[in-house]
Amino acid sequence: MTTRVTLRRTLIACSALAVAVVFAVVLMSLIGSESLPARESLCAIASFGTSQCGLGRDQYDILFQIRLPRILLAAAVGGSLATAGASYQALLRNPLAEPYLLGVSNGAAVGTMIALVFFGANEWSRPVLAFAGALIATLAVYQLARGRAGATPERLILAGVIVTTFLSSVIVFVTTLMDATRIRSFTFWLLGDLSGTTRTLLPVAIAIAVLGTIALTLNARSLNLLMLGERDAFDLGVEVGRVRVLVFVVASLLVGSSVAASGSVGYVGLVVPHLVRLSLGSDNRLSIPAAALGGALFVIVADTVARTIIAPRELPVGAITALIGAPLFIYLLKRV
Amino acid sequence: MLEARDLTIKYDERIAVTGVSLKLTAGNITALIGPNGAGKSTLLRALNGQLRHTSGAVLLDGEPIEKFSRRSIGRRVAVVAQEAELRFPVTVLEFVLGGRFAWAGNAGWGWETDRDLRVAEDVLCETELVELSGRLMNELSGGERQRAVLARALATEAALLLLDEPTANLDLSHQATLLALVRHRCDQQQAAALVVTHDINLAAQFADQLLLMKRGKVIEAGTPGAVLTPELLREVFEVTVLVDAHPVTNAPRVTPVHDRRS
Repeated sequence: MTTRVTLRRTLIACSALAVAVVFAVVLMSLIGSESLPARESLCAIASFGTSQCGLGRDQYDILFQIRLPRILLAAAVGGSLATAGASYQALLRNPLAEPYLLGVSNGAAVGTMIALVFFGANEWSRPVLAFAGALIATLAVYQLARGRAGATPERLILAGVIVTTFLSSVIVFVTTLMDATRIRSFTFWLLGDLSGTTRTLLPVAIAIAVLGTIALTLNARSLNLLMLGERDAFDLGVEVGRVRVLVFVVASLLVGSSVAASGSVGYVGLVVPHLVRLSLGSDNRLSIPAAALGGALFVIVADTVARTIIAPRELPVGAITALIGAPLFIYLLKRV
Repeated sequence: MLEARDLTIKYDERIAVTGVSLKLTAGNITALIGPNGAGKSTLLRALNGQLRHTSGAVLLDGEPIEKFSRRSIGRRVAVVAQEAELRFPVTVLEFVLGGRFAWAGNAGWGWETDRDLRVAEDVLCETELVELSGRLMNELSGGERQRAVLARALATEAALLLLDEPTANLDLSHQATLLALVRHRCDQQQAAALVVTHDINLAAQFADQLLLMKRGKVIEAGTPGAVLTPELLREVFEVTVLVDAHPVTNAPRVTPVHDRRS
């Protein structure tokens, strides 16, 4: 991709992706183990749920109480994780950086589990502790990976493996504190599961996804220079320290809110930014918002597959994203 | 324009630069020479505000450099360093436009203005990279890449150029081309340049002023003729040299004398 990224091009690409996301939200809400009549459902969605448009009470509830919230959560989670991945990659100059592989998702998972075990009654404690867990894991990986020659891609991934395995054992430890009946649903949740959408967490996840993407996009030009090297960026006038703190905090918020709502959906932050860069170029002013929309699209589709492929039973969406992401990771590793 | 006064820089407890004073003035190229570990790159990093000095002062246009924001330093001082390894595909034009960052009204999501594009086009012409502007940086040869790094520094329109071994990895003709571009900028736009280099003969030909450093101290400063004496070079590099005049340019020419018998 050799054409220069301009505001015009960014607006066109992002509008096209936004239309695709809306289209996917509507279309995927019709698909599921219970099939809904297309015309009536579309009419009800177009009225924003104010009219039943001839849908039965059950059908209406499936559409508005179960499917749409779940699809919207999928969009928020996908957008959050892809944006976080794209910004980690630019900041750390590493195409392999990804919340799940860096252990950031596991940090958020530990935070969420602590919230569930010790503050189970308070739903707000989940995203807050997930954010704290994500931020601590991020800083731990960053410190571990920094050698005298800076963080090489290999070092960063190794540090991610160390933090991930350490946090996994913490997760096992916390799991033993839970009663046996909850363990199965937790295992599912750990793999990334969108079925547990709640009325409190959904708006939080959406708000954080939107605001986080905006905050990171507004620093995209700095990230463009950081992508070429910290020292170069500094020389050219980037306040490297400030941008680094901003990315760490905002990305941790994005990962924290999505893990609190849906567990660790892996590889989204790797697959989506990679595809975006491949088709639209590396300019973060375009690739960050495009990754957010692309991530939403990716997880909406992946979750639809997860809940329909062996219907009426469901797969955790993380299993689907990992199935696509792991081979891509190996491919990228060979090229770095 | 840029001045260091009695500058001392410590890394942890180790003193890297001690009591260095220098002045970069408009239209002049200053070359910083000395053995490995003399503190040349450290000094250059301090002049850009990246390394904090323990004592002394760095003055940019008469004001202490700490008073300037990162972006306003970026508009005044450009650095050409050893290029970092690129892990993402960027075109030459995108790379060079990076030099316009400090001029953007909005640091984050700002978009290049017509003026930015014009400046980039001009420096691409100057560095003979116009035809390559759409190519990816990692498809270029070493010499072309180094020219692109210089082009980006020129695109900042900074009046001060700090170059850290800009000619390392370049062949003979590219070394001369690169320094000729720096010379041109100094002559035409009254820029000042500081070049850290290991190539004493190249420094002798291009620099107006030499600064000879050893173990963090400036041993001698002055014109190439005054600094490049066999005695001083022997003291600093611990090697016997022959200094004669270049038959064409008349600049001092330094040749190490290796006594094979010993």
